[in-house]
Amino acid sequence: MMDLLWLVPALPFLGALVLILFGTRISRTMVAVIGVGSVGLAALITILVGTTFISSSESSFNLLLWSWIDVAGFSPSFALHLDPLSLIFIFVITFVGFLIHVYSTAFMAGDEGFSRFFAYLNLFVCSMLFLVLADNLLLLYLGWEGVGLCSFLLIGFWYEDKNNGDAARKAFIVTRVGDTAMAIGLFMLFDAFGTLAIPEILAQAPQVWTVGSQTAVIIALLLLGGAVGKSAQLPLQTWLPDAMAGPSPVSALIHAATMVTAGVYLIARMHVMFELAPLAQQCVAIIGAVTLLLAGFSALTQYDLKRVLAYSTISQIGYMFLALGVGAWSAAVFHFMIHAFFKALLFLGAGAVILLLHHEHDMFKMGGLRKKLPAVYWTFLIGAASLAAIPFITAGFYSKDNILWLTFASEKGNVWFFLAALFGAFITSAYTFRMVFVTFFGEAKSTVTHRAGNLMTVPLVVLAILSLVGGFIELPHTIGHLELLSDLLSPVLPSVILRPGIASAEWAIQSISIILSLSGVYLAYYFYLKKPALPGKIKSSFAGIHHIWFTGWGFDVLYQTIFIRPFVWLSTMYKGDPVDKCYTGIVLLTDFMHRVFAKTQGGILRWYIMGLVIGAIFILTLGLLL
Amino acid sequence: MDDVPIESGLVLASILFILGMIGVLTRRNIIFMLISVEIMLNAAGLAFIVAGAKWAQADGQVMFIFILTMAAAEVSVGLALILQIYHQLKTLDSDAASKMNG
Amino acid sequence: MILLWFIIILFVGGILAWIAEYWNASISRWISMLALIINFCLASYLLAAQNEIAILSESSWLLYYRIPWIPSFGISFYLALDGLSLVMLILTFFLGILAVLTSWKELQYKIGFFHFNLLWVLAGITGVFLTMDLFLFYFFWEVMLIPMYLLIGIWGHENRRYAAFKFFIFTQASGLLMFVAILGLYFVHGNLTGEYTFDYFKLLGTTFSPEVGRWLMLGFLAAFIVKLPVVPFHSWLPDAHAEAPTAGSVILAGLLLKTGAYGLLRFVVPLFPDAAHEIAPWAMLLGVIGILYGALLAFSQTDLKRLVAYTSVSHMGFVMLGVFAFNELAVQGVVMQMITHGISTGALFIIAGFIYERIHTRDIDQMGGFWKQMPFMGTIALIFAMASLGLPGLGNFVAEFLTLVGAWKASHTLTIFATLGLVAATVYSLRFLQSVFNGAEMTHVTLPDLSLREKLMVVPMVIFIVWLGLFPQPVLNTVKRSVERVISAQTKVDDIREDLRPGIAQKGGEDE
Repeated sequence: MMDLLWLVPALPFLGALVLILFGTRISRTMVAVIGVGSVGLAALITILVGTTFISSSESSFNLLLWSWIDVAGFSPSFALHLDPLSLIFIFVITFVGFLIHVYSTAFMAGDEGFSRFFAYLNLFVCSMLFLVLADNLLLLYLGWEGVGLCSFLLIGFWYEDKNNGDAARKAFIVTRVGDTAMAIGLFMLFDAFGTLAIPEILAQAPQVWTVGSQTAVIIALLLLGGAVGKSAQLPLQTWLPDAMAGPSPVSALIHAATMVTAGVYLIARMHVMFELAPLAQQCVAIIGAVTLLLAGFSALTQYDLKRVLAYSTISQIGYMFLALGVGAWSAAVFHFMIHAFFKALLFLGAGAVILLLHHEHDMFKMGGLRKKLPAVYWTFLIGAASLAAIPFITAGFYSKDNILWLTFASEKGNVWFFLAALFGAFITSAYTFRMVFVTFFGEAKSTVTHRAGNLMTVPLVVLAILSLVGGFIELPHTIGHLELLSDLLSPVLPSVILRPGIASAEWAIQSISIILSLSGVYLAYYFYLKKPALPGKIKSSFAGIHHIWFTGWGFDVLYQTIFIRPFVWLSTMYKGDPVDKCYTGIVLLTDFMHRVFAKTQGGILRWYIMGLVIGAIFILTLGLLL
Repeated sequence: MDDVPIESGLVLASILFILGMIGVLTRRNIIFMLISVEIMLNAAGLAFIVAGAKWAQADGQVMFIFILTMAAAEVSVGLALILQIYHQLKTLDSDAASKMNG
Repeated sequence: MILLWFIIILFVGGILAWIAEYWNASISRWISMLALIINFCLASYLLAAQNEIAILSESSWLLYYRIPWIPSFGISFYLALDGLSLVMLILTFFLGILAVLTSWKELQYKIGFFHFNLLWVLAGITGVFLTMDLFLFYFFWEVMLIPMYLLIGIWGHENRRYAAFKFFIFTQASGLLMFVAILGLYFVHGNLTGEYTFDYFKLLGTTFSPEVGRWLMLGFLAAFIVKLPVVPFHSWLPDAHAEAPTAGSVILAGLLLKTGAYGLLRFVVPLFPDAAHEIAPWAMLLGVIGILYGALLAFSQTDLKRLVAYTSVSHMGFVMLGVFAFNELAVQGVVMQMITHGISTGALFIIAGFIYERIHTRDIDQMGGFWKQMPFMGTIALIFAMASLGLPGLGNFVAEFLTLVGAWKASHTLTIFATLGLVAATVYSLRFLQSVFNGAEMTHVTLPDLSLREKLMVVPMVIFIVWLGLFPQPVLNTVKRSVERVISAQTKVDDIREDLRPGIAQKGGEDE
């Protein structure tokens, strides 16, 4: 049964291949069947393989497909490695991916690039699966770049608009900067271990390096570079808000549920490296904490429904990074899973709203959709509640609460991280319910002619259910105490070490976080439902801050000034190739000499004779004198 | 036979040579230039003869015969060229034949 | 004998193609096509049978062929084939076929003479990849040059004469330096041993005083780094590439540049190991400068073919970096780079040619939104743009990654800068892709998507580049022993002398 694992990435790949080759020649129904079916089958096989794997006692399963490269000891192969960590990831990827594919058949129904869309989407799923199933870092890198390519293609899916193309290019280049750091990390890892196989590296690293050894720190930081690029963390977060130019299902799948969490996966996968490099791990925590705050503030000011969600995604991944940084590995994975459910749900809901309002993105032009789109409203509300961590009933509460508690209680945590996370939770619920209230409450500002069809509603409902019940697999000590996920992950990821004598404080921390998230909701209620005039006033009196938040803290302007402009300027300056000018100089000199000497060839016979005579005299004199 | 001092012979040859050279340089008529060239050749020949007489060797006279034959060849080619130039340009002015400038 | 046939078929095919034009131009096309297909099949056969041949000949050289040519000067007609040559030959004939196909419609005049030149260039290249006699090597080196000059000069674009002269002068001047070095090597070896010979194997391991070795190596290096090309000797390349007809660009980028890389591997490092080691840091530095400089300039070009030409400069920097890193990983990477760059850049030039045929301009500013009308071409361009930026799963990634991993062992700083070249490659590749295929549709022109002939050209290239990306090992195995020889030349010249010589006394090679 386990041997079927290879089908999991292979099926989406075949789907993509068939759609690329024959997509334009087969009917739309056929395209949908192939596109959705391949991922659906992969999801089924994942469940099959997963159950077999869990019921077996082994801690990991390897499957060698073929040997890729074998040169002088450098021998990465196409080999899949299944362990609990990758199992959770492939489950989320195939299952959420399947739901989003189903949704897309309705969302993209009228688009002329229907088959192209599904080809890209299938290719993405395939690359993402390779990323998380890879047995070695080079194969992981293949998946890593593959998802980058698909992200590029899908952001720029509507290629006729130049803005989409620019956003796509930005996403690709910014993530590539991170990837390059990661590539250098791989060179160093190979240099140190003579292999890129992940299990071997993880096994050998503690023997080769002591905690805090310089090489380990550098490598961990380089890997972190790759992670922040892909996961849109500081300082490479700028591409994600622009990436919303892609179709909404793409934002749901790639820029919320799966690809952007690849960084989380990488760090969790290489956790041994980060434990050997406390400095790097601290960087992870700091980046997470700062990012979650900055992105949260930006989310408060956005008008575009999808941009709110984009900043929210950056912020939530910040939480995951924070969890990784304090050593709460499984808490990060838990939040990844729950986040995949509710954020995919929110994006799909937002996509439905945007589609039914004829591609209106500005939520201040929506309003009052509660009655007109009940299915979308209720599912969106559940997703939002989960994001805002409304206590007890939502999955988001359990996953985020877990992180908050561990940030405080972990040995590597401290009060500052905790305060940042806590304040972040407050902002999160504020911007989330701002979005809900503005979009679905108040007076209607637009007309809706039809409702979402079943193909759209069903995935929303399924994701909504998961966003509610998904959290019950991991309950805190104070409520029930259940640790299904941590237990599952325990062979791969070590459990977090708590500061001594702190366990009793858990209920206090929880109470504070509950109060803060509820007060965030109240804040949004007060500002946007009770006194709708207030936000405008505040905005005009703090225009400067609003502008900074709205533009994502000015990182775009900064990078424009220090990287893009100089590069373009330099490139334009050099366009004519200055080196070539040297050769042109030689040519001009030769030409000049040619003209000078040509003058002596006047065609007058007597001048030639004169020259001859003078030459003879000169030589004779020389001969006589010397 | 009274010896003519070698210096006199060489001075005569030099005078002839320089006269010829001045002729080549100053004349524009190609025929006169050719004649001047002949004078220069003969000046060189005279120098050979004088030198041969001085050391009582036949080499000098051999060289002179060479020069004679060469001069003959040169004149025949030269005159043919002159005829062609006259034919083409209707003049014997050497400056007129300046088509082959750089 | 089969080695000789490779060359004879091309020479004779060229002459026949020229003559055939007298009756019918399309016969020339078919003749050259046929000649190249025969050669391709022969080379593929050798590739398939290499293991059996290798067992027979009991050395790392698969085949050889040798007859005396001018014995009094120690010159012989000496061909030998190892894994590296074999792989390069396959590439040569493959790109040759594509070059014939790509000029099928593009070319309008002097068709017979065109094919004559084409085949003779290819014959020269084949000779360069095969010959083991330095005099003969120089001969073939020149044979490549003149027909190429004519190809650019007669069938090129507007500024073709300038480009052709520039190409000729650069390569000829540097080639003469190499010839001087060859003669120097000949006399040094002769003085030392009393045996005056141009035989590569006998010249291997000649000992020099450091001074002499350095100067002779610089002579060889001059020819190869101009051909490669390495910044600052690259400036003939953008002009030649941009002005040449598509077939010419394909051969220039795909093959002629590779002769430079081949020369570095085959001659510079094995003949002058000490001197090569001495200049390695500088050579690697030049390579890195080339990577970054080429990428920077590629970004701002508005002429599509110039853009691709500068990407070549950038990619060839990796060759320089890898060769002088002196380890198996890097050198294997270089060999892969030679092959994959030949295919990917060849494909990009072919695409540029397709576009030129349709809209008669190479100006990127006049392009945009082509995807709408030509999705097939767009897909192909996407694949090769991705190859050019080093996307894993395509051949170029394997090449660049191996090179960089190897180079890391030699120099950390330089490798980091070279890796930054990958970011720059992303920038220019995406610019190329987006400004040609994305954006608003150009409605004032109708652009037919690829025809069957055109699909026939690009689809095999796609298959090759993907295959090389996913299953590079057969190629790596084929060249393994050649690469090991390059590396070991560095360390223990004397110990391996025996292995360097084809098994003359042994069975298996070719009958003379």
